[in-house]
Amino acid sequence: MNFPNSISDVMAVLSANGLRFLLTFIVTYVMLGLMGWLRPHSIRYVARVLFPIGTLVCLGVAVVAGVHLAKAQTPEVMVLPLGLPDLPFHIRLDPLSSFFLLLLGLAGAGISTFAAGYFRSGEGTAPALLGLHYHVFLASMAMVILADDAYLFMVAWETMALSSYFLVTSHHRIPEIRMAGFLYLVMAHVGAICILLCFGVLQGGSWHFTFDAMRGASLTPFVGTTAFLLALIGFGAKAGLVPMHVWLPEAHPAAPSPVSAMMSGLMLKTAIYGVLRISFDLLHVRLWWWGVLLLVLGLFSALFGAVFAAVQTDMKRLLAYSSIENVGLIFTGIGLSILFETSNLHLYAALALSAALIHSLNHAFFKSLLFLVTGSVLHATKTRNLGKLGGLIRRMPWVATLALIGTLSIAGLPPFNGFVSEWLLLQSFLFTPQIPHAFINMLVPLGAAALALTVALAAYVMVKFYGIIFLGQPRESSLVNAHDANWLERLGLGWLALGCILIGVLPQFALGAAAAVTDNLLNQTVAPGSTVWWIAPIAPEQASYSGLILLAGIVSVVGVTFVLVRLLAHGRVRRTAPWDCGYPWQTPRMQDTAEGFGQPIRHMFGIFFRMERDMPLPTDIVPRYRIHLEDRWWRGIYLPIARSVQGLANAISILQGGRLSIYLLYSFLTLLGLLVFVL
Amino acid sequence: MRGISFLRQFVEIGLAIAIAPLFSGWIAQCRAWLQSRSAPPLWQPYRMLRKLFHKEVALATDASPLFRATPYVLFGTMVLAAAIIPSLVTDLPFARVADSIALIGLFATVRVFLSLAAMDIGTAFGTLGARREMMIGFLAEPALLMVLFNAFLLFGKTALPSLVEGSSAPRSVVDPSVIFAAVAFIMVLLAENARIPIDNPATHLELTMIHESMILEYSARHLALVEWASSLKLFNYACMGFALFAPWGIATHGADGGAALLLAIAALIGKLVIAGTVLALIESLSAKLRIFRAPEYLAMSFLLAVLGLLVHLLQGA
Repeated sequence: MNFPNSISDVMAVLSANGLRFLLTFIVTYVMLGLMGWLRPHSIRYVARVLFPIGTLVCLGVAVVAGVHLAKAQTPEVMVLPLGLPDLPFHIRLDPLSSFFLLLLGLAGAGISTFAAGYFRSGEGTAPALLGLHYHVFLASMAMVILADDAYLFMVAWETMALSSYFLVTSHHRIPEIRMAGFLYLVMAHVGAICILLCFGVLQGGSWHFTFDAMRGASLTPFVGTTAFLLALIGFGAKAGLVPMHVWLPEAHPAAPSPVSAMMSGLMLKTAIYGVLRISFDLLHVRLWWWGVLLLVLGLFSALFGAVFAAVQTDMKRLLAYSSIENVGLIFTGIGLSILFETSNLHLYAALALSAALIHSLNHAFFKSLLFLVTGSVLHATKTRNLGKLGGLIRRMPWVATLALIGTLSIAGLPPFNGFVSEWLLLQSFLFTPQIPHAFINMLVPLGAAALALTVALAAYVMVKFYGIIFLGQPRESSLVNAHDANWLERLGLGWLALGCILIGVLPQFALGAAAAVTDNLLNQTVAPGSTVWWIAPIAPEQASYSGLILLAGIVSVVGVTFVLVRLLAHGRVRRTAPWDCGYPWQTPRMQDTAEGFGQPIRHMFGIFFRMERDMPLPTDIVPRYRIHLEDRWWRGIYLPIARSVQGLANAISILQGGRLSIYLLYSFLTLLGLLVFVL
Repeated sequence: MRGISFLRQFVEIGLAIAIAPLFSGWIAQCRAWLQSRSAPPLWQPYRMLRKLFHKEVALATDASPLFRATPYVLFGTMVLAAAIIPSLVTDLPFARVADSIALIGLFATVRVFLSLAAMDIGTAFGTLGARREMMIGFLAEPALLMVLFNAFLLFGKTALPSLVEGSSAPRSVVDPSVIFAAVAFIMVLLAENARIPIDNPATHLELTMIHESMILEYSARHLALVEWASSLKLFNYACMGFALFAPWGIATHGADGGAALLLAIAALIGKLVIAGTVLALIESLSAKLRIFRAPEYLAMSFLLAVLGLLVHLLQGA
């Protein structure tokens, strides 16, 4: 047996038994979580031994999912002998779930490696508990993606919400973190109720809750619309779509960094998966205005997230708002795809959907990377406040270099991965004038402009993020003691950074994986003109892009220039104090701050914020400048709802008199009422 | 045949690198004439580069490798952009590497790297400049994208060589949307290349600087590369404008022999001379805007491009 043959044999085995392997991996996750209890207080055992095994399991998930995508065969289904009597759990592996499992495995491997080196003893909950929640969280996300009936889906979905809630509140002694966790739990359950109702509508009178029954149900456009809107609210609350985004900037900073990375990089993607599963697979009716709705919500979320990210002073809140932005971009792609699909422009629908899928994959890589970077910075400096950081590129060269890759990727710059998906999205926007709705096709190009604005604003945000943390002079004297990340952390960061580069340089593979999904959902694939060298999603003479040649070209020109400059001139360098226009009394405090960097944005997008500002008076002896920015949605929607719920509860509490005789009267009246019904 | 097209590609890159400083010099000369000053000689930019390359680099003590690598990255990216934009011929092996939207991405790369480098030393002016540059950048990008949208509506492509071949086909009337788009493009070009009315390339007042304040800490060969990259950026923008709005003389596919190449070089130089004069005229006739008027300026450019789009769509309707 020669070598290539054995590889194809392994692939054949993997693709034939994909679900069995995946189930084994999910069980392994749970086992890993439970094994922590053998030595519950040993961080060395739980983190350094169990988490690396988790990494291997993640890689296994990625391999199985990747093989299934590459073989692009028929969906694999299985009925588990678990669940309620007569209601066994169904699971299913098809290209859509494989794509998201691939994402989960690849990014999860990096996060688990990092987490192995990250957790310290004596911080937050006991190591064993942390390990249990962490691995159950991973297992439940995989189960959400595999589920093929509403029961299993909801069980997995709730397990995911609960395990992540416990992870968010692992530093539960801090009151803000408990509050953030509570808000997250409330939003997660509002979303879950909507999803539950959505499944109730989707079964279409058959009262069978397997996804197969839902695929077969024939729904009227009105019922379909109800299901779609419920799904949009339910999954939108999880994904952080404006205005259901309020939990995100609270919960992400509260969680330990690997957990923030998992929530932002992976958990938000399960919501994207849910929207795709319901709108492209389970629902057969699709109306064009759903696409418009998603497009508008997506673009608004994207712009909103980018604007808010630009004015943040907490590095993890900044990234959380940036997640809202990226989720907005993904929803924009999905909306565009629905719009094209309902206008019978199937090729462009596939293009937009590919853009959304690849952006999901990219976001899993670069946002996880950046959240993990904030973890390293947090450990090294003990602060999340951008105003107390600076100059870390000299103290933490490894983290700084890997963070630079993430920064350039998320800023959407070629030849990194963020650019690929944004380019595909812009390409699909170009075809909107062909949509046969007169007003839509004039307004949608403006959406492309909003998209360009968002993408460019994201670059602004990331320059702020990277520049203030890593560049310049340290803003606090304590920063000279900052230390670089340990080798496990570097390995995890490096894996994710490698992913950012590889997807950017060789987008063919990501496009191929997305093509398997679009082929399955829309019977249409893009990129017939793509080769090893470049991608050309529609036609080579229309538009093409090659990250590989771009990178090679820039590197070779840089190399040649460097050598020529050294040969023809010289390479002498003299180190001196900075020139700084001849002003020698500069201090690090004179650098631009995070607030200063946000100032143009506050000025231009003032309508987005509710701003409180205390300006110092000329007569103040100790002048203090304070600025507080608030989300308008809080006072606009959430506080009124909270107040009315409180009021309603107070009104109902009149019933609760505290006297036994009254309560007995209630029981009696209820009985009477029931008797009336029965008779 | 393949070898010939690679040869043409390298001729184009070489020409771009060689004459980009000359183009900046020509604009400076026209400005001097228009302002009744005695003009510096045309080859002054080359003298400057030569002087800078032979000086010793005075590097701030805390400068990180990012600061030292940035000039090379800027230069490399802009040379690659010059290779992609069809300024002489359309049959370029490199042209398929990036379409016009990806070119915007390349320009954004340059902007981000320069801003990061400006923040590296941690001086007040550097970070100020970085912030302003990124602000101008994110306002200019939507306008530029709308211009490309216009071009796409006319020819159904975003790859620049295909655009040139599409637009050099004879037509009886000029589409009115082209005029809107061209004006919008010129406005973006001025903003993105740090020229009046957004920024003044000749200013010595640090508080009003954008581009200049970002490169205050650069010296010698680093400064030379940054300056060269900036002039290449201006050259690239000009060539992109020619490809979109004035593709006359560019040797198209199939008609690109030696004579056509010479003709294309002559046409390019002619267009650059005219474009330089026009730019100098605009710069001399307008005043620099306050930094917070810049959004209005760029919004106007954006609206013009959108108007062009609507004009085209309404015509088709």
